[in-house]
Amino acid sequence: MIAAMFIATLAAATLRVATPILLAAIGETFAERAGVLNLGIEGTMFLGAFAGFYVADLSGSLWIGLAAAIAIGTVLGLLMAFLSVTLGVNQHVAGLGITLLAGGLALFAFRLNYGGSSTPPSIEPFERLSPLADVPLLGTILNQYALTYVTFLVIVPLAWWLLYRTSFGLKIRAVGENPEAADAAGINVFRIRYAALAIAGALMGAGGAFLSLAQLGAFTHGIISGRGWVAIALVIFGNWNPLKVLLGSLIFGGTFALQLRLQAMGLQLPIPYETFLALPYVVTIIALVIAGRQASYPAALLKPYRRE
Amino acid sequence: MPVVEMVGITKHFGRVTANDHVDFELEKGEIHALLGENGAGKTTLMRILYGLYQADSGEIRVEGKPVHIGSPRDAIKLGIGMVTQHFALVPPFTVAENVIMGYRESLNMDIRAIEREVASAAARFGIAIDPAVQVRHLSVGQRQRVEILKALFRQAQVLILDEPTAVLVPQEVEALFETLRHLREQGISVVFISHKLNEVMAISDRVTVLRDGRVIDTLETATTTPPALARMMVGRETFGVVRQDAPQRDAEAVLEVQGLYAEDDRGLPAIKDISLVVRAGEILGIAGVGGNGQTELAETLCGIRRPSRGSIRVKGREVAGASPAEMTAAGVGRIPEDRHTGLVGDLTVAENLVMEVLPRFSRYGRLDKKQIHAYAQQLIEQFQIKARPGDRARTLSGGNLQKVLLARVLANQPDVIIAPQPTRGLDVGATEYVHNQLLAQRRRGAAILLISEDLDEIMALSDRIAVIYEGEIVGVLPVEDADVEHLGLLMSGVVKETQHGTAEV
Repeated sequence: MIAAMFIATLAAATLRVATPILLAAIGETFAERAGVLNLGIEGTMFLGAFAGFYVADLSGSLWIGLAAAIAIGTVLGLLMAFLSVTLGVNQHVAGLGITLLAGGLALFAFRLNYGGSSTPPSIEPFERLSPLADVPLLGTILNQYALTYVTFLVIVPLAWWLLYRTSFGLKIRAVGENPEAADAAGINVFRIRYAALAIAGALMGAGGAFLSLAQLGAFTHGIISGRGWVAIALVIFGNWNPLKVLLGSLIFGGTFALQLRLQAMGLQLPIPYETFLALPYVVTIIALVIAGRQASYPAALLKPYRRE
Repeated sequence: MPVVEMVGITKHFGRVTANDHVDFELEKGEIHALLGENGAGKTTLMRILYGLYQADSGEIRVEGKPVHIGSPRDAIKLGIGMVTQHFALVPPFTVAENVIMGYRESLNMDIRAIEREVASAAARFGIAIDPAVQVRHLSVGQRQRVEILKALFRQAQVLILDEPTAVLVPQEVEALFETLRHLREQGISVVFISHKLNEVMAISDRVTVLRDGRVIDTLETATTTPPALARMMVGRETFGVVRQDAPQRDAEAVLEVQGLYAEDDRGLPAIKDISLVVRAGEILGIAGVGGNGQTELAETLCGIRRPSRGSIRVKGREVAGASPAEMTAAGVGRIPEDRHTGLVGDLTVAENLVMEVLPRFSRYGRLDKKQIHAYAQQLIEQFQIKARPGDRARTLSGGNLQKVLLARVLANQPDVIIAPQPTRGLDVGATEYVHNQLLAQRRRGAAILLISEDLDEIMALSDRIAVIYEGEIVGVLPVEDADVEHLGLLMSGVVKETQHGTAEV
């Protein structure tokens, strides 16, 4: 029974840890499917986390905070589109520039509004839903935030359906594989890339806000701590398919949740606890090395489109 | 009333005038050839009609009404479709997805229904294709059919084909022509861009000849002759080269290849069990449709790609597995397949010319600029390169770039010359220059391996012709025994020559 309980709480934690990364990774999937690597992901999540927290704090509504995070993410996505699609700036440079800009902005605004207090300000976070709370184990696993439910049950299937079963998705994949062909077929390459990057930014912003509004109820400097980069790895691991990206997010989330528990157990091991901290990232790298060999990159990734 | 009228179309690219007051008319249900050399402005004119370029001045009328065509989308709405030289297809998509892409808007796509619809359209236009197969699995000829179907599915009444036969084997050309005749019967107008006279004569109803961006004339194909068209096209009486002397069949075997295998970049077998002999003073032509191992064969013989098995001998010395520098030292000269990767654009002409022989011009690692300059000047004169030694290579035209490459290779008087696609993308004048240089090397006694997708070029220059198909040599025949039809069958893998004669495969 203890073992079963351990597994149930582990599963519940896995879903929680996976949610923000999965949101951002689905966003990145849209961007890359359209041919744009958005390295602004880390900064967009960070500013999304801050904007969500700040607006929720001001307005007193977590939902308005979430909406603000999505809005600011969309704006950053459109900025990425302007730089990489309209101006044709190198995507690495544009994306890292956005990450630096958004990171700086978030820290600056945080200092302006909350000063340098040593204890981070906090808000009352989202409450978890608890359906079937009376059922043992299952009740534990299903005790999740609404946003986790939405991410796993709505956003991922919707993303898959959009990409593979609608003409909008066909256009996204077409401009990411062969923009010349798409253009010749009458598809507006620029508009589709803008749309994909706006969706990407919105999901990244939401991913960041999940951390500040649900999981932590606070904003800290290290709130994202590389989750955006992990999301990029997951997109490659998932071969740009939302369903496989979901699988990857569970592997990462599971290892992350497991290492937390290993630390908490206080085992007397001759290795420092930081080793456990590194575990999920090591697993991500290994998974990436294995899956990356078969990765079929969108053929036009990183290439700005110009009519001759 | 013509379906399409283009009146006084002018288009400049920088200082170059691509189209100079061009008038063009297309009737309903005709096949109209647009004939001219590379750079004559044929493709530019049609890209304007398809909305890929905007004309600087002039007017386009479709069924009598003046129209503005700002993008391919506008052109498609007006019933104009274009199949470009580089297919606008998405390889991981199925045929059906490629066909409906950007045309059929639906929130929830029913893929099976779309496939059925595409299949019935294909049947209606007499195009044989499976809509459910991924385009990356299709041959070049099949991909072209997908492109045509794509345009027709969008209700195109005008179909523009840009050099459609450049990538096809003769049998596929005949199938294409069959399709075009079928479309003509259905009232569809076809613009057939080409520089191949035979094809223009065979398929077109009318022909418009362009030269240097101007229309020379538009005439009924039946009232003209190939020589007359050639004259209009190049502006002079004769062109091309003629090989006069008989081949030397018993000269020394300079390049001997035995059982050569190599893999492509994905690690799949690209050339299989290739055995060849090229004698001094002989041109061996390698014919074949692009992508059948030609690139890998050339790279292996030049030391860029390591063979996985087999032997390469130059003048009897085993060189298989040698580095490019060792190959050069062994007497193998390589004319790079891609002019732009063979030269460093930001370096000067002189620096590019000495790149393979730097030790000759350096002392203790210091380059002797004066000597390099003098050497470059000498080669520039000898090879009639229109450039100064100090010009950056990237400022040169394609023809002049190729001259620089030829000069670099031929100045060393190599015993073996590997020439993959040496005239691809060159105009008639530059092509003729390259051909004459190769023939001069042949007279000097070099063993030349000429790899080309252009059968006319192979037939004009080679002493013997080997056909490559899926990485194997499927036949070797003396040029006097080769005819286009037989070569076409070999190139498309239908038959295979063996020691005991021809076999159906």
